[in-house]
Amino acid sequence: MPDSTTSRVSLTLGSSIESVDRVEQTAQEFAERAGFDEDTVPNIAMAVREAAVNAVIHGNAYSPGKQITATFETNSDSLVVRLTDQGAGLDLNKIPDPLAPENILRGSGRGIFLIKAFMDEVHFRQLHPGTEITLIKHRVPAQPPA
Amino acid sequence: MSMKVATRQVDGITILDLSGRITLGEGSVTLRDAVHDVLGKGSKKILLNLGEINYIDSSGIGELVSGFTSVRNAGGELKLLNLTKKVHDLLQITKLYTVFDIWDNEASAISAFK
Repeated sequence: MPDSTTSRVSLTLGSSIESVDRVEQTAQEFAERAGFDEDTVPNIAMAVREAAVNAVIHGNAYSPGKQITATFETNSDSLVVRLTDQGAGLDLNKIPDPLAPENILRGSGRGIFLIKAFMDEVHFRQLHPGTEITLIKHRVPAQPPA
Repeated sequence: MSMKVATRQVDGITILDLSGRITLGEGSVTLRDAVHDVLGKGSKKILLNLGEINYIDSSGIGELVSGFTSVRNAGGELKLLNLTKKVHDLLQITKLYTVFDIWDNEASAISAFK
């Protein structure tokens, strides 16, 4: 039974792969509790994982002195995940299109593409320093009885 | 669960049976090392069996691509076998499905190597 009440959890974590795994696991738990179906839950978890990877690697550059924060919130309309890092910031104009023929065989650069593919809304905000990314997945309204 | 690799030889083809997760960190590194190890031993025909890969992230996808290009640059071939629905869908989304030579039958995949 999906939980439609508002709930919120915030994590502050170090810049490590272990933090990425914990953020992903929390996203999966929130998505399951929110009642998303078995195909959608892993996609949400992957999108959040990719955002956490970006925060740890590209944002904080694994710096032990920098942290990431991850905030998970479910309400009656959607699941909202916010991730922030303390890095130098992100220039969206410099992110290459991973589907372009000249980039298709690159060994990296697909994270933000996958985030956008799996979430309904993705927003970036520059924090000076740092970047905040907000990922939103809307709940599918319940179908009226036939 | 991290990724595990089992290696076997069939008709001159090196088959890597992968299981677990190919993600940033251990999984990606394990895959990279396994492919480079095979190349280092002189085998240039590699079949990656992904039938037991239950999760892959963008780093894992990138590692598949890097393995593909490493083998190709060495004059060899790397093919994929037994994609799970999740991996299949990710390769479709990223337009890599047509880049890789993908098979769902091991004997046919082996026959397809030149």
